[in-house]
Amino acid sequence: MAITIKDVEHVASLARLSFNDGEKKKLATELNDILKYVEHINSLDTSAVEPLSHVIELSNVFRADGLRPSISREEALKNAPAATEKFFKVPKVINER
Amino acid sequence: MNTKSSYEPVIGLEVHAQLQTRSKAFCGCSTEFGGEPNTNVCPVCLGMPGTLPVLNINLVEFIARMGLASGCSIAPKSVFARKNYFYPDLPKGYQISQYEEPICGPGGVEIDLDEDRRKTIGITRIHMEEDAGKSIHDIDVDTLVDLNRCGVPLIEIVSEPDIRSPHEAYLYLSRIRQILTYLGICDGNMEEGSLRCDANVSVRPMGSTTLGTKTEVKNMNSFRNVERALEFEINRQIALIEDGGTVIQQTLLWDANQNVAVAMRSKEEAHDYRYFPDPDLVPVLVDEESIARIRKALPELPAPRRDRFVKELGLPRYDADVLTAEKEIADYFEASLNALPADARKRKENAKAVSNWVMTDVLRVVAEKKTPIAEFPVPPPHLAAMLGLIHDGTISGKIAKDVFEEMLATREHPKVVVERKGLVQISDVAAIEKIVESVIASNTPQVEKYVGGNEKVFAFFVGETMRMTKGKANPGIVNDVLRKKLSARKR
Repeated sequence: MAITIKDVEHVASLARLSFNDGEKKKLATELNDILKYVEHINSLDTSAVEPLSHVIELSNVFRADGLRPSISREEALKNAPAATEKFFKVPKVINER
Repeated sequence: MNTKSSYEPVIGLEVHAQLQTRSKAFCGCSTEFGGEPNTNVCPVCLGMPGTLPVLNINLVEFIARMGLASGCSIAPKSVFARKNYFYPDLPKGYQISQYEEPICGPGGVEIDLDEDRRKTIGITRIHMEEDAGKSIHDIDVDTLVDLNRCGVPLIEIVSEPDIRSPHEAYLYLSRIRQILTYLGICDGNMEEGSLRCDANVSVRPMGSTTLGTKTEVKNMNSFRNVERALEFEINRQIALIEDGGTVIQQTLLWDANQNVAVAMRSKEEAHDYRYFPDPDLVPVLVDEESIARIRKALPELPAPRRDRFVKELGLPRYDADVLTAEKEIADYFEASLNALPADARKRKENAKAVSNWVMTDVLRVVAEKKTPIAEFPVPPPHLAAMLGLIHDGTISGKIAKDVFEEMLATREHPKVVVERKGLVQISDVAAIEKIVESVIASNTPQVEKYVGGNEKVFAFFVGETMRMTKGKANPGIVNDVLRKKLSARKR
């Protein structure tokens, strides 16, 4: 499966990134190289191998349902590019989810 | 020809329920509703770089309860996934959810189409996820964002497309809500958003087995809106097809004010979420022992409880439905019944008597005053004691209504009320005879009518006697005495 310029544009727009034509071409080549590398795995028989979702052998890490202090609103809003006294502020979006 | 009846709607529901945990899914911030904006937040739920989520154990406990209560299998291993999309109310850029390995597998719940017909609606899966924040578009020229809800734990219950009408959707949603609240894991409040519902809707010619193109309807924030929105969308699709058009796959938002579902701007990429396992959260393993422990601790569920009320207590189906609609009401009813003396609680007429009081008087006050039944001024032992007073003839059913009102106002035991207000029923035959004689003596014209064969005036004498005793005379004795004294006049 080869990555096309169209695929690069699609993934870029999902990530809210924009590239010029030269960059798109370069990215397509690089992504194809990466996929080719990964494809080596396909030459192995993995039918008896359980899919791995996590590389560390840990499970069931929980916390009890208890409250911990939140941070102050002032602190929460401090690094926001724009905020009112109470809210984060972003350019108008219409609810389209 | 009725075109509508030649089509069959096919509906599947996705229900999101907010779990009643104290803290959020992955951090220790409070889940409390209605807090000041952006005060229940911390670096984890704000999505700050370098923070790590840690799973709240109650998510697993609560969702396992729901899974078992709705006949689902519990996966020995489940995994969290990232659902990636950009929206200002989701600061991380992804929602933590479950995708390929959800914790609850296929199951189903039963709905009652009517008194006799039941139908199982299949459940595809139930998984854990986190809520996003809240965007507010109408205060400022810009969009304002409150992240208090960010990270609040949700479960998503996905049904099979087994629902065939808006009413069935309503019944299914009601049953889901009922089970969630019986389990004590969700408050079921649709208006406050603790329970939300999206629908997948399509129509097909009656008898067809292939599925039509579906649309997704969102933003139905009450039970009534779910029915109305589905009705609207089904009619829209049928009309479209009848006009030779085709349904296109899209998402519609229900506008409750205009009574219409409006298409959201369609974006091809909107559903490209690029799910992948969340490396920050390790797999959740649930062993057989835990499943057995959780199953054992499940409360009696609404449908079996309703059936038991009918079968064992001899209640009419209607009563059993009303009483088991909410767990707290059913608990109150049973506590009242069980507070009766051991021999009395076994008699079916007493179960019905308790049911009558709970359905009419208790529920009326609960609805009027909007008090939770747990804080109801008449606790079950008081209601039972009052029924005891009726049973032993201390008060009549009529006086009991006054006693009940007084108990509501003062929270007193019925015996205290009866003594303080002097409401004890007059059952002394001699005393009643005396009153009846005076009523007869002072109403000669009516006596003549009665003697002349007009039976209807008998009620007049009963009314007069009750009035003279301020309603305290034992109605049975009044009847007997009047019958005897008036008949004597006839001869």
